[in-house]
Amino acid sequence: MVAIFFAGLIFTGVADNEFYFFTSYVVLQAVIMATAWNILGGYTGYVNFGSAGFFGVGAYTAIALDKAFDLPLPLLILAAAAVCGLIGLGAGYLTLRLKGVYFAISTLALAIVFETVANNWEYVGGASGAYILTPEDSLFFDSYIEMLFMVILSLAIGAAVVARYLSKSRIGRGLAAIRDDEIAAECNGVPTLKLKLISTSVMGALMGVAGAPYPFFVTYVDPASAFNLLIAINAIAMPMIGGTATWLGPIIGALVVGGAQEFITVTISSEMNLLVVGVMLVLFITLAPKGIVGLVQDYLKKRRAQ
Amino acid sequence: MNAPVLQVTGLTKKFGGFVALDQVSLHLGRGERLGLIGPNGSGKTTMINCISGALINDEGSILFEDQEIKALSAHKRARLGIARSFQIPKPFKSMTVLENLCIPLEYAARDRAGHRHIYNQAMEVLQTIGFAGRAHDLSADLTQVDLRKLELARAMAAKPTLLISDEAMAGLSSSEVDEILEILLTLSEKGVAIIMIEHIMRAVMRFSHRIVVLDAGHKIAEGTPEEIVRNPDVERAYLGE
Repeated sequence: MVAIFFAGLIFTGVADNEFYFFTSYVVLQAVIMATAWNILGGYTGYVNFGSAGFFGVGAYTAIALDKAFDLPLPLLILAAAAVCGLIGLGAGYLTLRLKGVYFAISTLALAIVFETVANNWEYVGGASGAYILTPEDSLFFDSYIEMLFMVILSLAIGAAVVARYLSKSRIGRGLAAIRDDEIAAECNGVPTLKLKLISTSVMGALMGVAGAPYPFFVTYVDPASAFNLLIAINAIAMPMIGGTATWLGPIIGALVVGGAQEFITVTISSEMNLLVVGVMLVLFITLAPKGIVGLVQDYLKKRRAQ
Repeated sequence: MNAPVLQVTGLTKKFGGFVALDQVSLHLGRGERLGLIGPNGSGKTTMINCISGALINDEGSILFEDQEIKALSAHKRARLGIARSFQIPKPFKSMTVLENLCIPLEYAARDRAGHRHIYNQAMEVLQTIGFAGRAHDLSADLTQVDLRKLELARAMAAKPTLLISDEAMAGLSSSEVDEILEILLTLSEKGVAIIMIEHIMRAVMRFSHRIVVLDAGHKIAEGTPEEIVRNPDVERAYLGE
């Protein structure tokens, strides 16, 4: 993890084409969101279509606090994490009684509620959106985007550390028990409600973290883009393709799918990248439901058996 | 009889207008083996759902080791020492047999002594019931009789003082029934009180110190296996007039 951080630092030193940083930013943002989705969707087994809601709230928290108090970016990120974590907790409390498809639909509704709020909140631009002026100074980096790249890289590493800790810990084993059979988990002493609320809160906070730097990256945000359903679809597709059972799966999924999307956007067309996600998702769900990580694990197991 | 582990008084549970259990009382001593029988729909499973916390009873009190537990959620009851197996096995499918046992060890028995220790304890439980050979098999791949064994092993791993076995033998062959019966008797020797719900009379008669018979939500008889066999009310409930 530390090595990746320093590799990133060296990257900002040597690469001079800003395009690389824009591209990497998008992919790393996807890494955070896929990781966040997987904590609730993969570990706990609650499929969530509301990712865009949390992402958008994170972005708008940053916009509002930036406008009101001109806070520095790290504080905005923390604030977004707190707000979205609390929303995760509250939403979890309201919706976790629902199971399966009903839960999924309720999370979708949540995203729409927040989009409507943003649409009608004039202070942050309402439906016409908000412009963000990026600060002149960019610490000791050559440009603002290089700094932003290091910020999102650090956040992605942080998200991975959180996800890895959760999956290997007592909490992670409790979540897996809930995913496998909630009633059996409860009867074996697992405090299911508490663990599910931890799961939704962490998921929400990480989604908010992904959303907070977004306004500074794109410099113009409107509700339709910040709460876009495509964000939610990507956040589901990437862990599914990478593999939902481990912390590594969503990261690999995000790197592969996000990377492919960026590549295709540049080389073919920006519309084409949606098709790619769709086709990959269909292929993986039908042919390799355990994702890339599952494929590799099965392959290794077979080789060991021989 | 020694001090009761479980003392249920006037338990009533309604589903809408339907009264599933009507003023049922029962008690269970430490290490006692109680058979709970009755025709289909008589309220046996509702009864144990109320005791284990999967359902909340409408009236009556449930004292477990002199503590009122009717307002506690199921996981808190599990931590106090009430374990149950399910009629339809509910394994944690993504885990191996051993990992299945680690969940109650970590959560119900609240063992925080570290991973290796928990693994060893889980292994011990499996060895007690002669199931260690399948420790590393994925629970999704088990056969029906092995799934029942897993249910019981997992309940044992919670280190209960009261174990409720809900039809652990239904649909098994005669020799398999004996295997499960052996497991339950082993547990009983360790001082665990057991409520056994079963339709297989041979097993219930051999296993139980005492039998309680439910019919349509009422307790119609209680006594030793010999008394129950001779009881005319029980015969009527099972065979009709």
